[in-house]
Amino acid sequence: MAQDMKHKKVAYYPGCALEGSGHAYNRSTKAVGKALGLDLVELKNWNCCGAMEVKNVDPKIQTYLSARNLSITEQMGFDTVMAPCNGCYHNLKKAEYDLAHDAGSKEVNSRLSQKAGHKTYEAGQVETIHALDWIKRSIGEDGIRARVKNSLKGLKIANYYGCMYTRPRHIFPEKDQGPGSESTAKPHFMDDILAAAGAENVDFPLKTACCGGAHTLSDSDTSTKLVLNILTAAEACGADVVATECPTCHTGLEMHQIRAEKVLGRKTNIKILYFTQLLGMALGLSAKTVGVNENFSDARPLLREKGLG
Amino acid sequence: MDRLTIDEIETRLDALAARPDDALARDAVRLADDLLAMGEAVLEAWLDARGEPPTEETHEGFRLLALHRQGARGNPSFNACRETCRELVYHRNLILAEPDAGDIARRIRLGAMVALHLALFIGGKLKEAGLGDFCCSSRPIRRGETIDTEPETA
Repeated sequence: MAQDMKHKKVAYYPGCALEGSGHAYNRSTKAVGKALGLDLVELKNWNCCGAMEVKNVDPKIQTYLSARNLSITEQMGFDTVMAPCNGCYHNLKKAEYDLAHDAGSKEVNSRLSQKAGHKTYEAGQVETIHALDWIKRSIGEDGIRARVKNSLKGLKIANYYGCMYTRPRHIFPEKDQGPGSESTAKPHFMDDILAAAGAENVDFPLKTACCGGAHTLSDSDTSTKLVLNILTAAEACGADVVATECPTCHTGLEMHQIRAEKVLGRKTNIKILYFTQLLGMALGLSAKTVGVNENFSDARPLLREKGLG
Repeated sequence: MDRLTIDEIETRLDALAARPDDALARDAVRLADDLLAMGEAVLEAWLDARGEPPTEETHEGFRLLALHRQGARGNPSFNACRETCRELVYHRNLILAEPDAGDIARRIRLGAMVALHLALFIGGKLKEAGLGDFCCSSRPIRRGETIDTEPETA
């Protein structure tokens, strides 16, 4: 894919998770951006996207929450916002779709925007991209290869995208557009990026499987079993590491890996790392700089063994 | 195969994955179809719970895919297992394409893990029914639900 100047400097919407449980993702995303010469400008006074909860109260309010963030993006002079969290990314995309296709959502957004005293966001003004799009489009595989200082060679990776990065398909019109575009059935952007960094990707059949994140409090046992199965499958594929690109999935995999051992007596040894942590180390950043020490799943011995970090 | 419950399917898949390699290799062809049948039984359980007779039709040559389409109707969060169903069909085909492959036991185990994911996902949805959405896809958009968001009155 050719490098794209448009995405060298984008608005950045970290979302709530990246300020909490996904702190290492925030840290490693910023560090990778810096190492690649990309600019991220954080949205001023951004709000929560409503994640998985608000839509169950009122989906139009949820649409408004994302529309406000898109309005801020526009007011800051950007036409692109990057969201590394699958939940935030999904909700921004959904709001975009909603505002273009649903008169009721548009009306509620207009009314609440006026009441809140900011410009009403109109569909089509801002492009929402994921961290994977950001790196793939602005740097590309050739650009990564040229910048690798510490190849991931010898590291076998199961790339895990979770279920929100590609679903529902109709809110991602740019996907499934043939060569170069992302696939909703078999996503590959993370595979492409990490392969360019030298990693060996394994053929992983559960790359878009649900991790049970939304279930984790109401039915922890099901979440634990779902995660255990994902991790076991990754191990069966020969992977050393599961690479993630969603803070909810990442936290779920880490927490339920521990819980599976405690509750079900099933231990898995596979390590869980954000793709930005892996890419960062390939670019020559230390394990500490990309927050590997913040992960529950301690990959440091494995990384040392592979000559990384 | 008699209609199995989702719990029975989970138990059966766990047992299958624990079998020695040579036992799996000997039964590869039968197990490939068993995996598909277990996937169908999981979706039948979902449809039964919704009071819908499971279809006997096929989609792209597979009843599993037709059952998924039926189950997803009016329930977009069900689409989160669309690729799982397709992976299960792929693994069944992969096993049948080369039943004597050197890594056939591994292929069968991976197929069993895909089927187990389907069982856990649907089992979880059934448990949670009535407590809200299981996953985060855009239910309101697809169903065209109307929610009362009338303007406040002074």
